[in-house]
Amino acid sequence: MFPARYWREMPQRYRLEAGKCKRCGKVCFPPRLVCPKCGNRTFDTVRLADEGVLKTYTVIRVAPSQFTGQSPYAVGIVELDGGVLITTQVVDILLDEIKLGQRVRVEFRRVQEDGSAGIICYGYKCVPAA
Amino acid sequence: MREVAVIGVGMSEWGELWRKPMRDIFVEAALAAIDDAGVDKIDSMYVGCMTSGLFVGQEHLASMMSDYLGRSGIPATRVESACASGGLAFRLGMIEVGSGVSDVVLVGGVEKMNDVGGDGATYALATAADQEYEVYHGVTFPGLYAMVANEHMARFGTTRQQLAHVAVKNHKHGSMNPRAQYPYEVTVDGVLKSVLVADPLRILDCSPITDGAAAAVICPLEMAKKISKKPLVKVTGSGHSTDSIALHDRHDLSEFAAAKRAAETAYKMAGVGPADIDFAEVHDCFTIAEICVIEALGFVKRGEGGKAAESGLTALGGKIPVNTSGGLKSKGHPVGATGVAQIVELTEQLRGESGKRQVKGARRGLAQNMGGTGGSSVVHILEVA
Repeated sequence: MFPARYWREMPQRYRLEAGKCKRCGKVCFPPRLVCPKCGNRTFDTVRLADEGVLKTYTVIRVAPSQFTGQSPYAVGIVELDGGVLITTQVVDILLDEIKLGQRVRVEFRRVQEDGSAGIICYGYKCVPAA
Repeated sequence: MREVAVIGVGMSEWGELWRKPMRDIFVEAALAAIDDAGVDKIDSMYVGCMTSGLFVGQEHLASMMSDYLGRSGIPATRVESACASGGLAFRLGMIEVGSGVSDVVLVGGVEKMNDVGGDGATYALATAADQEYEVYHGVTFPGLYAMVANEHMARFGTTRQQLAHVAVKNHKHGSMNPRAQYPYEVTVDGVLKSVLVADPLRILDCSPITDGAAAAVICPLEMAKKISKKPLVKVTGSGHSTDSIALHDRHDLSEFAAAKRAAETAYKMAGVGPADIDFAEVHDCFTIAEICVIEALGFVKRGEGGKAAESGLTALGGKIPVNTSGGLKSKGHPVGATGVAQIVELTEQLRGESGKRQVKGARRGLAQNMGGTGGSSVVHILEVA
């Protein structure tokens, strides 16, 4: 991965930074220039909640090359408290113990490696909420 | 707008075409359509293709294809909307003829997918999803549709067996299609025992990797009446809609809203509803996709798509036969060609040329082509003129 492509997403991947519309309050992740709900163009920077509910998930058995070392692994769509949905891995739990609707918490983890000489890419993953 | 007719259709061979370069695959389909139409002049052409740059390292496709077709100099346009590229190319060609800008337009679609191997194909196809916020986290295309499946199953009680019935039905249809890549029947048990790709989807829930092309020649209906020697087929409805490409940005994770909106537009234009459609080709890139799409098209109520293949509703001889060609599942899915190949199947069915898989008394067919996990959708309605 070209370093700048990775680097410019760091506020979202490291700190869950989102844009909150100054007019209607819709929270956009990643931040956008135009609010998809009301068309407004001004936003405040906010941090997403770090807990939420697992809406759906799957277990990836045939993985892209950067992920083969982790396979099989679970990926799900999590609705964070406040309503924003994200796609993320679900880890630190046995694959057959994952349940739809369960509470999860966002943690900072290593996500993928860009080959043996490439950069190591970090970001968020979800773990069962205590 | 002028009424538009389909006067010629054709396909290349579909499969793992190791000996054939992409340009020849496209030209093979285009020549078949031109010969079928019996025309010698093409005013303009469109080429639907998702990502030849990633599959074979070639862009600037429209000019190359017009050159190798022996038509260098005509306006030629490449159209991309992920796996809906072919359907969208057809829509743009139809608009060009309908508007009066051109009379005879060739619409083709092509993809050469096998040269990059499995990992390369996984990467290329995943570019139809959000690279930074979906693919970055390790999700694959089967993985995204698997999440749709799990949501549909949890919410509506759709069963694992019902998913398998979609594959069984489409392979049965495909076994009657000499052009299908995998013209073999499969069983429910066979699907359930095939290898897991992304739970709950197994390899026999997934459409294959295919090299292939398809093409259609279109012109104004009034001109077709004079020059065509085939039974006339006209385009009566066309709809196109977009949605977020990230699945997690949808308010409903198992409703393909773009397909629903595109269908509503096409139905309105044709002055018909779902009950008036005799048969359909829909985008069954995964078994769950057909289930959600027939709900979006209004063939069944929301949540009841799972029962359709199991009960025979969508089989040949059923109330609304779906994917008589074998669908993407059995016929193959060269992504940029798929939307045009759906038009080929509709046209041949409406002309009564479909042999063993002919829908009796077919007068009106619908084609639905979808990009990504539903971030774009194109719907066409074709009728006997």
